[in-house]
Amino acid sequence: MGDVAHTAGTAVPHDDIDGAELYHPHSWLTKYVFSQDAKVIGVQYALTAIAIGMVALVLSWLMRLQLGFPGTFDFIDPAAYYQFITMHGMIMVVYLLTALFLGGFGNYLIPLMLGARDMVFPYVNMLSYWIYLLAVLVLVASFFAPGGPTGAGWTLYPPQAILSGTPGGQDWGIILMLLSLCLFIIGFTMGGLNYTVTVLQARTRGMTLMRMPLTIWGIFTATVMALLAFPALFVGAVMMLLDRLLGTSFFMPALVEMGQQLSYGGGSPILFQHLFWFFGHPEVYIVALPAFGIVSDLIATHARRNIFGYRMMVWAIVIIGALSFIVWAHHMYVSGMHPWFGFFFATTTLIIAIPTAIKVYNWLLTLWRGNIHLNLPMLFALGFIVTFVNGGLTGLFLGNVVVDVPLSDTMFVVAHFHMVMGVAPVMVIYGALYHWYPKVTGRMLDDMMGKIHFWVTFLGAYLIFFPMHYLGLLGVPRRYHDIGQTSFVPDSAHTLNAFISVVALVVGAAQLLFLFNLFWSLRRGKEAGPNPWNATTLEWQTPETPPGHGNWGRELPVVYRWAYDYSVPGAARDFTPQNEPPPAAAP
Amino acid sequence: MPDVAPAPAQDIATERTGWRAVVADWSADRRTFRGVSWGKAMMWIFLLSDTFIFSCFLIAYMTARMSTTVPWPNASEVFALEIFGTNLPLILIAIMTFVLISSSGTMAMAVNFAYRRDRVKTALLMLATALFGAAFVGMQAFEWTKLIHEGVRPWENPWGAPQFGAAFFMITGFHGTHVTIGVIFLLIIARKVWRGDFDQGRKGFFTSRSGRWEIVEITGLYWHFVDLVWVFIFAFFYLW
Repeated sequence: MGDVAHTAGTAVPHDDIDGAELYHPHSWLTKYVFSQDAKVIGVQYALTAIAIGMVALVLSWLMRLQLGFPGTFDFIDPAAYYQFITMHGMIMVVYLLTALFLGGFGNYLIPLMLGARDMVFPYVNMLSYWIYLLAVLVLVASFFAPGGPTGAGWTLYPPQAILSGTPGGQDWGIILMLLSLCLFIIGFTMGGLNYTVTVLQARTRGMTLMRMPLTIWGIFTATVMALLAFPALFVGAVMMLLDRLLGTSFFMPALVEMGQQLSYGGGSPILFQHLFWFFGHPEVYIVALPAFGIVSDLIATHARRNIFGYRMMVWAIVIIGALSFIVWAHHMYVSGMHPWFGFFFATTTLIIAIPTAIKVYNWLLTLWRGNIHLNLPMLFALGFIVTFVNGGLTGLFLGNVVVDVPLSDTMFVVAHFHMVMGVAPVMVIYGALYHWYPKVTGRMLDDMMGKIHFWVTFLGAYLIFFPMHYLGLLGVPRRYHDIGQTSFVPDSAHTLNAFISVVALVVGAAQLLFLFNLFWSLRRGKEAGPNPWNATTLEWQTPETPPGHGNWGRELPVVYRWAYDYSVPGAARDFTPQNEPPPAAAP
Repeated sequence: MPDVAPAPAQDIATERTGWRAVVADWSADRRTFRGVSWGKAMMWIFLLSDTFIFSCFLIAYMTARMSTTVPWPNASEVFALEIFGTNLPLILIAIMTFVLISSSGTMAMAVNFAYRRDRVKTALLMLATALFGAAFVGMQAFEWTKLIHEGVRPWENPWGAPQFGAAFFMITGFHGTHVTIGVIFLLIIARKVWRGDFDQGRKGFFTSRSGRWEIVEITGLYWHFVDLVWVFIFAFFYLW
């Protein structure tokens, strides 16, 4: 294992780099609001993402009410239903998951875990957050704009996205949506450049890339992917804006609407699908890779074992990231394509299962004979593994053209992607929040509330999405406001739908309990101390908790070992922090 | 950890060969790219991201052009100018391309003089670069005006596929925006060079960090990139 420093080396490289200038805030405003401190920016990102996530949660309730009890709620007409779907999907994928993992955890953890004082460009980092906030506000504004938000579906497929039959298509909805996405991408790019350069060029002494905690590997790889994938969405959004505002026909074929020939003609709707999914598929892994990384650290820490196969874990992350750029058309099987392309994209899609399976086996082998502490981060990590395996297996179904085509427009797909990129990453987010909350606030989250939150969320997610697979196999279509009476959907399916809706309401309520816990524990939580989990990584070794301005006091930490020295035979404690020097070598 | 005696960096890496050595070098201590400053690394990664944006624009344009059933306007005729009674195809674009590529030359010289800490020459050469850039944008404005007068619109044109105007205005507009931003950036940095900010360690207005001479080179990276992108736009839009 040449490039992984399992055993601590005594040699410490020269401190050949000048210390960076640190911005020192002078007022409350520059310290907590217009802050250039990555930790504050991380918390700002996280709170904004959670706030907009609450909107998405309420939207999912409304959708489930309609699906479970069609005809009961007058205010959910078809247009409103499509608006709820669209906004729920877009908020969850982009404004919650991407922003929380990269903007939230990325900002907070990268400098701390690498032993840096801050991100490399704190001012740009601050701008990144404020542009993200602006993007969120523009998105929220579309709820109040004439015509309401867009109802084009979260994929915004043209031509319907900008036609009058779609809610928001000829009003403000789609315009604000596209503008908000462009803003988000600009803001993200500013943050993403910071994360990338900080990881590459601003680590502390001794912290080689192959000693980084897997959390950082996940966030770093996802950031690089995002910097390469978001451009496609940006271009798609700009072109659709031009189609909508200037009357160009990039994506618009010749159309007749309400007996009127529209002025569009000659454009290609499929082109938008390619641009969208060239972003959209890497996006799945932009959300999944930070989750992979974080869950590796949660498992190693709370099972008191070194991560199994660290090097393989790193390479699996990198390979998944690279492969995810050549699988995008598996989202477009039903759009029609040459069989050879279907063959190619199905093959690449299935190949991704290999590095992913390596990761799952390595997590299991890390747990194997570990000293498993069934605390909240561990529970959520375990919940993630089973949920992810589950969603991954249905992914194998959908990756094959012949299986995908009949299943594509059913609830099976909804169940699949909610398992694999909805519930699974959200599980990790919760695990990570329970894990790092003590570092951010100095207090533990309440355990009893946490346990209730976990079990209701975990079991509830299965009660919601397992039956949904079955509904999909029955042929219950997705995207329908009201399926009404059909010959092939039995009445029992409606009962099952009502059941799912009731569970969804309960699971949603459990998230409110978690939100309450976040604020309640801020004052009343148990004092955590600097390192409540006896973890090895650098963020737990800060001189102050919560970490102060500049993170490290006078001297930067020096790293002597990898991040996973748990239960080392012969060591005094069952963990050895990364910055603990090795015992003096025999002369 | 002041009590630890620092040892030379190469000691930490034991002897490795082949791919192991490649990995070890890339995962090196503190910095993956030795001797590359934060700002320069950031600009390179940003340009990589920006490359994807321009690639998507160009690929989208090529898709539209190849899939349209209506004939595509002939670039040699559309972009021809009548000068002294002679019809010269692509003459304006040729001049624009020449101007922009020349500006890369002056920029490279500016970077050279920045390394010699020659304030006056650096500032003047950056100013010259900015003037070339402004001239480019000016000629582009002229080209747009001419085409608009001839009836080219984002949604239609007199000669063929409506996507011609759409792609033209979008791609050259996006590139022109890049050039304009570059010109503004050049002027700001040239002023700082002229004033001697980088010798005095004067702090930036927004970032409150003292600027450094390498910002000239970083500006240069951006400028050369915008120039390079133009070569591709020229080849794929005007020459095809």
